[in-house]
This record gives sequence, C-alpha cells and structure tokens, in this order.
Amino acid sequence: MTGHPMSTNNRPPGPEAPTRIGFGMSRPGHDSAGSDTPDDAEPGPQTLPPDARVDLARERAETGIDEVFTSLDADLVGLVPVKTRIREIAALLLVDRARARFGLSTSRPTLHMCFTGSPGTGKTTVAMRMANMLHRLGYLRRGHLVSVTRDDLVGQYVGHTAPKTREVLKRAMGGLLFIDEAYYLYREDNERDYGQESIEILLQVMENQREDLVVILAGYKDRMDSFFVSNPGMSSRIAHHIDFPDYTLAELEDIGKLMVAAEGYCFTPEAQKTFREYLERRKAQARFANARSVRNAIERARLRHASRLMEMDRPVSKEELTTLAPEDLRGSRVFAEGSAETPST
Amino acid sequence: MRITQGTFSFLPDLTDEEITKQIQYALDNGWPCSVEFTDDPHPRNTYWEMWGLPMFDLTDAAGVLAEVNACRKAKPEHYIRLNAYNASYGKQTVGLSFIVQRPTDEPGFRLERQEWHDRTIRYTSHPYAADAPHGRRYNGQG
Repeated sequence: MTGHPMSTNNRPPGPEAPTRIGFGMSRPGHDSAGSDTPDDAEPGPQTLPPDARVDLARERAETGIDEVFTSLDADLVGLVPVKTRIREIAALLLVDRARARFGLSTSRPTLHMCFTGSPGTGKTTVAMRMANMLHRLGYLRRGHLVSVTRDDLVGQYVGHTAPKTREVLKRAMGGLLFIDEAYYLYREDNERDYGQESIEILLQVMENQREDLVVILAGYKDRMDSFFVSNPGMSSRIAHHIDFPDYTLAELEDIGKLMVAAEGYCFTPEAQKTFREYLERRKAQARFANARSVRNAIERARLRHASRLMEMDRPVSKEELTTLAPEDLRGSRVFAEGSAETPST
Repeated sequence: MRITQGTFSFLPDLTDEEITKQIQYALDNGWPCSVEFTDDPHPRNTYWEMWGLPMFDLTDAAGVLAEVNACRKAKPEHYIRLNAYNASYGKQTVGLSFIVQRPTDEPGFRLERQEWHDRTIRYTSHPYAADAPHGRRYNGQG
C-alpha cells in the first residue's frame, strides 16, 4: 500500500509480484484504486433537486426532539437563557440536516460547551438532557453521558496522567464528556501540576475528534473565568458559554413543589406558606445552593414528618402519610433565631 | 504468503469503516476489546504483545479505532489484531479476533524436514521472516 502500483484486490499475475490486499484506510492518504469506495456502498438519502422543499416541521417531528423540549420545560423550572440556547442549537442542527439533504456543504458545528453558574442551578441535569437531545438530532452516535472530575483525569505521578485522560476520553467517545468543576484541572500555584498535561490532551481531542464527542465543562462562574484566563486555548475551543442564572423565589417554590410531588408527597396550604417563608430565610443565609438546598430541606421535612407520625402512636391514614404539615418545616434551624451562623446547605 | 488467522482472514482486508462496524458489534455485545501486535505470526504463537491494556467500559467504536491507529502508527510493519473478549459465564473466551494490519510484504513459511531415526521424517514450519532478529523482520522494520 505504500504507494505500490501493484496493490489492488486482484491476485498478482506473476510469482514475483508482492501480494498484499490493501487495508482501505490503514495508511491515510494512500487510497487504493481497486478498493470499493465506501461512499457508494452507503448511499443515504438521495440529494434533493435544487427546487425541492424540505419540511422542517416534519424533520423536527421525526427526530422526536419535541419530547425532549416538552420534558425540559416540564421538569426544569426557569433557566430561560439555557433553554433558549438549547433551542437555538437544536434549530441549527435541524437546518444543517436539511442543508445536507440538498447536498450543501455543512461544516460540523462545534458544540463544546461551558456551563457556569452557582451551585444547584441544574448544570448536571441539563448536561444529561443535552446528551439525549444531541443523540436524537443525530449529532452524537450513542448519546451517553460520562461525568468526571479532576480525579478521573489527572494522574498521581509522571506518566500517569496521559493514559488516564485518554481512557476517560475513549469511554466518552460517541457521547458527552461532562467535566464537573473543571477549574480544578489547572492549579495556578503549582506549575508542575499534572492538570496541564490533561488539559493539553483534552484540547487536542476537542479539536481533532469533534465528530466523536462533545465536551461540557462546568463550574462556578468566577473560578471558570479565571480558568479560561489561564487557558485561552480552552476558551476559544468552546463555542457555547452558557450561564445558569440563580433561581428566583417563585422558581424555587415551583422546584420544591415538583420535588415534593415526585416523592409522592404534597404540602397543605399552610405548609406551602411556611415553605415560602423558609425559602426566603434560607436564601438570605450563607451557602445557599439553590435547588440542592431545596432538595435537602424537603429531605429533612420528610424526616420530621416520619418521626411525627411515629410519635402519634395510632393508625395513620393515607392522607397523613402523604401530607407535609407546616410543623415539619418549622422544625428547621432556619426558623430558630440566632442559630443561623451554621446553616447546613 | 498471506497469513490467515482469526476471523475474516480469507476475505479482502477490512476497511476502517468495516473494522468500526465489527468493533461496534463487539461492544454492543458487551465484549471489551484489546489490541495486540507481533512480528512472529506462527500459528502456534498464541500470545501476541499487548498494545496497552484491554479497553473496558467503552460504548463507542471510535475509542478502540483510535488505539488501533495508534498501534499502526507505532508498528507499521507488524501484524496487528483486535480481540474482543466474551466474559459471559460459560464462554469466558475470545468472542471475536481478527487481523487489522499486516506487513506490506509477507514472505511466508518454509517447510523443514528433519530426518529422524528409522527413516522417519519430522516436519516443522519456519517463518522466513523469523531468521532476522526481532524488530528487523518485515521490511527491515517490523
């Protein structure tokens, strides 16, 4: 195959002729003339004539992307800028598909993303849905999510980092690599830190194997900003910087209701008011982690609810088992004046 | 002489697309893949050198193909094969194994006859390439 004119799929005529049936692509740039062109083997949809029309709405329905959007709207409260950007990306991919039907060249868009936002604003949740969405739009082959942190990428001694990072990248091929708290990869204070090596491999793969995986970096806004300042190459390879806004009080309340409903509970009307009051107080305190704090508050309310039922010492009805009362929330430290200096997140 | 070992070895060599599909078939069956290479393709040489560790927990063929290509780059004149291990109980053996690269020139084997007592003849096959030392066997490189 190394430029040998005799290398075809036919048997060689003479005894002296070197026999080698070529590997189609084992040596890039030396395409064997005799090999069947794989482009012909998989024709795909025929190229449309220039005057044809493509029904984008039908294309959209075929991908089933609307289901993803519907569940996105139903399950995720707020996050308007995030949802807008996701819709834009979906529209771009759909239009690209339509363009491809006409045989128009479409360069594959870069979809590496960076999610910044406070704790508990739904970065991981959105990443998981993103994998599903990109899979449905045909951008990702598999659509699985590999979620890693610094520990999974950076090794402990010289020569340990590269294989470890490559291993993770291989696992993420065809899907989405989600690097949580990505700024830990780079430690300014230690220039011999192995994180830099990991970043270099990531950059290389993000650039050269764009069709194989999508990388999403996530972290808190200010620290990601300083991370990008130290790694300008990383910043420029990421097309979408999406900022997750903090939830408003009303959104937090909606999130709480969704979580309670998902656990098979409900609030009494008074408990609803107490919950709002709780959120107001909790939001003003230190280390408030948005939806995560709401989840924890509900978990603790369930604990108090359970021990309250045990203390009643009588048979309980189904309604009692599923209803959270104001006193279940009142028991929180947040309501105890003066003890607010050590709130649990 | 073309070495025929493993699956597909009587077919024309697979293209990268075909290799990708085979890898994907293995991964869809839950068989982890590994890459091995050798410059001693004697049929009884079962244990080829490992190119890295077997690749577990992969879902997409691109990662395996990247390793195959890395091995091809480092060992351009070696035999390289891809193994897929079927770990299910009752099997626990190689589920699929095929050659993904061979040297540009394969000189083949010679048949050696050894005269033994009572006019007995013992036969053995000897790869021509194995006369050169390890590392210089195929086109002076492999």
